[in-house]
Parts: sequence; C-alpha cells; structure tokens
Amino acid sequence: MEYFLHILIMISIYVILGLSLNLIVGYTGLISLNHAAFYGIGAYVIALMALNLHTPFLVNVICAVFISGFIGAIIGFPALRIREDYFAVYTFAFQIIIFSVLNNWVSLTGGPIGLSGIPQPSIFTWRISSHLGFAFLSFLFLAPLLWIIYRIVNSPFGRVLKTIREDEVLAEASGKKVNSYKILVLIIGAGTAALAGTIYAYYISFIDPTSFTITESIFIISIVIIGGAGSLWGPIIGAVALVVLPELIRFTGLPSSVSSNIRQILFGGLLVVFIMRRPQGLLGEYFFHDNSLQK
Amino acid sequence: MIYSWLNIVGLEKNFGGVKALTNFSCSLREGEILGLIGPNGAGKTTIFNLITGFIYPDEGKVTFRGINLVGLPPHAIATVGIARTFQKLRLIQRLSVLENVLLFFKNQPGQQLPNIFFRWKESARQEAINRDTALSLIESVGLGDKIKELSQNLSYGQQKLLNLACCLASDSDLLLLDEPVSGIAPLMSEKILSIIQKLPMQNKSVILIEHNLDAVMQISDRVIFLDAGVKVSEGTPETIRNDPKVIEAYLD
Repeated sequence: MEYFLHILIMISIYVILGLSLNLIVGYTGLISLNHAAFYGIGAYVIALMALNLHTPFLVNVICAVFISGFIGAIIGFPALRIREDYFAVYTFAFQIIIFSVLNNWVSLTGGPIGLSGIPQPSIFTWRISSHLGFAFLSFLFLAPLLWIIYRIVNSPFGRVLKTIREDEVLAEASGKKVNSYKILVLIIGAGTAALAGTIYAYYISFIDPTSFTITESIFIISIVIIGGAGSLWGPIIGAVALVVLPELIRFTGLPSSVSSNIRQILFGGLLVVFIMRRPQGLLGEYFFHDNSLQK
Repeated sequence: MIYSWLNIVGLEKNFGGVKALTNFSCSLREGEILGLIGPNGAGKTTIFNLITGFIYPDEGKVTFRGINLVGLPPHAIATVGIARTFQKLRLIQRLSVLENVLLFFKNQPGQQLPNIFFRWKESARQEAINRDTALSLIESVGLGDKIKELSQNLSYGQQKLLNLACCLASDSDLLLLDEPVSGIAPLMSEKILSIIQKLPMQNKSVILIEHNLDAVMQISDRVIFLDAGVKVSEGTPETIRNDPKVIEAYLD
C-alpha cells in the first residue's frame, strides 16, 4: 500500500512540474530547460527554512514560491531578448549554474552531502507523517494549481500566450506587450515548480543536488512533450506514464544496475519516437517545435 | 502637410548600404484611401514597418493624431489605433477563426492576469460581448460558416479575408494593408475590395500596398508611386495611370 502511495505522490509532484512547465513550453512556446533548477530552489529554500529557522510549513511554502518566482523574473528579463533555440541554450546554462551553486556552496547547501533531517510538516494542528498524509497534501497543492492553469489557458490571457507561441510578430502587431506576458509566464512557472520542490523536500526529508540536474529538467520536458504540449491534461498523462513505466521495469526481476540503465534508454527512446512519430504527444494539439505548417 | 491626422515627414531608412527609403513624406486625412504602388524593393513595406514600429527610421518623423510614433514599440502603436496586415500572411494557424478575430479586440480585461481570478465576472462579460461582435463581424465578411475552423484550414483567399476581419476587430482608425488581394481569385478579390471601399464611411483610413493596379485605381482616392525608395509621383488614380514613369515601370 505504501508503495502505491509513494508512486502516487511522485506522480503528483511530476504532474505539478509538468503543468507548470507546460505553461511555458506548451502554451507560450518557450523551450525551457531549467525547470529542475526552480524545483531545486523550492526544495532548498524550504529545507533551509525548516532546518534553520523552524518556521511553520505554510510560511515556508509561500516563501519558497515567491523566492523561486523572483529568481524566475531575474533570469527571465535577460531572456526576453532571445528566442527559440537560443532561449533553450540560455536556460540550459542557468540550469548548470544553479546545480553548481547547490553543489559547491557547502556552507549553505551542504554541497554534495545535501541537507538531511528535514522535519515533518504540519498544517495548523495536522501533522503530516504518513504516506497517506503526503498523498493528501500533494493533492491539496495539485488541485488548485490545475484549476489556476485551467483558468489561465482558457482566458484571453491564455489566447495571447498561444499567439506568442505561434507568431510573436503577430502578437506585437495586434497590440499585445509580448515581453510582459512572457515574464509573467516565466514567473508563474518558476513559482509553481518550487511548489513541487517543497512537497518533495518534506516528503523525502533529504535533498541533495543530484535530484535537480539537467537530466531532471529533460525528464520534466519529456513529460510535457510525451503527454502533449499545449494540452491541459497532457502533462498529467505524461507524468503518469513516465513515473509508472520505470516502476514496471522493476517487476521484470532484472538486477537494479541493469534496470536503471534500461530506464535511461527507455526515456531517450520514447522521446525520440514521440518527436519523430507523434510530435504533438499523446493528447497535444500543438506540433512541438514544428514550423512546417506556417506559410 | 495640410492634414495633421497622419503625417510622415522626411522618412529615411538604410539597410547597411542600401537606401530602402529616401526622404519620404506624405500625409493622410480621415476617411481616405491611399494606394502605394511600385516595383518590388521600392520601399512600400518598409514604410509600413516604419509606421508600425517594427523598424526605426534613421531620419524623419511620423505623427498620428499628434502622437509621435517614432520610437514606440509595435504593440503601443497598435493600441493608438493603427492596424496592419502582412505581405507574408500572418494568422494564428492553430487557433480557430473566431479566436483569431477575438485576439484583436482592444477591450479585453481578461488579458490581464489578475483579472482572470479577481475580476473574472467582468472579464467574462466583456469576453461574451466581444464574442458577439466577433461573430457578427465574421458573418459580415462572409466567413460565417468557418467560425470554428482552424485558420490553417482556410483557403488563401479566406485567410486574407480573415486578416482583414482581424484588423476590423481591432477597431483601428488607420489600416495598413499589405497586398490584400494579391494572389487570390477574382471573386474573393472583389469581395475584399468592396469591404475596403466601405471603410471611409466609418471614418477609417487605409494605406494600401498592391501590385494589382486595377484594384488600386478602383478604390484609392490618391496614389503614390515609389521606385527604389524614392517617391516618384503622387496624385489621383487618373494622373498616376497616365504618368509616363508609371507606365514605363509597369509596362516594361
């Protein structure tokens, strides 16, 4: 039972990450490769606050989201000047920087050793210690987020995002201030990624930089692409598929050294197959990075 | 320079060493249709890009209703009431016809992120009003049966028509139309021209770039002939049609 709850919690965390990245990649068309950095920032902020300041859970969560959103704005402003592939390279670099900071700022982050003993959270009088509690908590975060994303993408605001994805010049010509839309989306994305980080840090109660590498960023973007970029439910399907698939390999009885390699091959293979054969993902409407339709 | 509505004075633009536009001046009053003709590379589209802020002039001034447009970003120029179409058709291919038109409305509280959550009723109400306006607009240009269709599935002529509808939705007073009828069938072309022709009745003005001389002559009040970035002649369609330089350029 605990095992299934664990899978459920991991799925929820990746659904949150996928939903938040989908807003950036799927709806606005910005290829961002630094989502794990914000995920990590959320986890580290909350771990440091809980360990050093002993502040209550909800305060920590709010701080983590805002700090991450703020950093999202800082890296977002210079990124407004660049587009498409260059944006991807830029975010890739930022991902590497954040990993290096987490890995090397030993006095603050503990370096490669990480931070351990993160205390169990409590909301008012409810102390969350069981798997069931964490599963419930992650749903508590996931449900409103899903609602918020739903409202955003179905509003005129969301329509402008899709326009930016399809044609930035047209968005400008129709009187939309493209840069402010982009920066808002980057801030929301960074803040909500941190939300996933907070659940992760509290749940595992131990974090180290290896959870927030470029591989993780690519994993999150695979969730979005395989699930269906630009579709509300896409990242949910993607997260379920990509979290459950490697678990299935576990049951094949292969030694763990082999199965972990198979996992990497599987993700890489899936991504290649999807981009070649079904670029819109399982549910997507948006042909990922495909401009051949435009005249 | 009698009119103060739209005034372009001494506009110059060089791309590297190429003089795209040299000392171009003209003005426009409300409810006027101005045709821009000239061979490829004459600087017609450059004028549009300069007016709408996609490129900045090296020299010269553009004022619209007393507002200096030079230095403003494109989205700001769009909001003061200038809409444009592009020679290379620009539509949001993977959105429906209705959504393409809706995008261009000026009054959209739902485009502000906080309003979606804190003033959502007002946003939804305005969206419903815009939707009704958009529907009747789409109906009036004759795309009524394509409302839900993705714009990428429209024919080329229909896409040009949709482009025009989008400009109308923005309720701009000045429309800059870049080749609105080139490359489309005569019937559709007539339809688009008749829509453009009626715009002055709503006090809207149009600057029109078109290679189809008959179309330009048919609907323009005034025509400017450009060549190699220089204004060669300007006048009524009649004078331009009989101008030897124009005849030379177009019949050679």
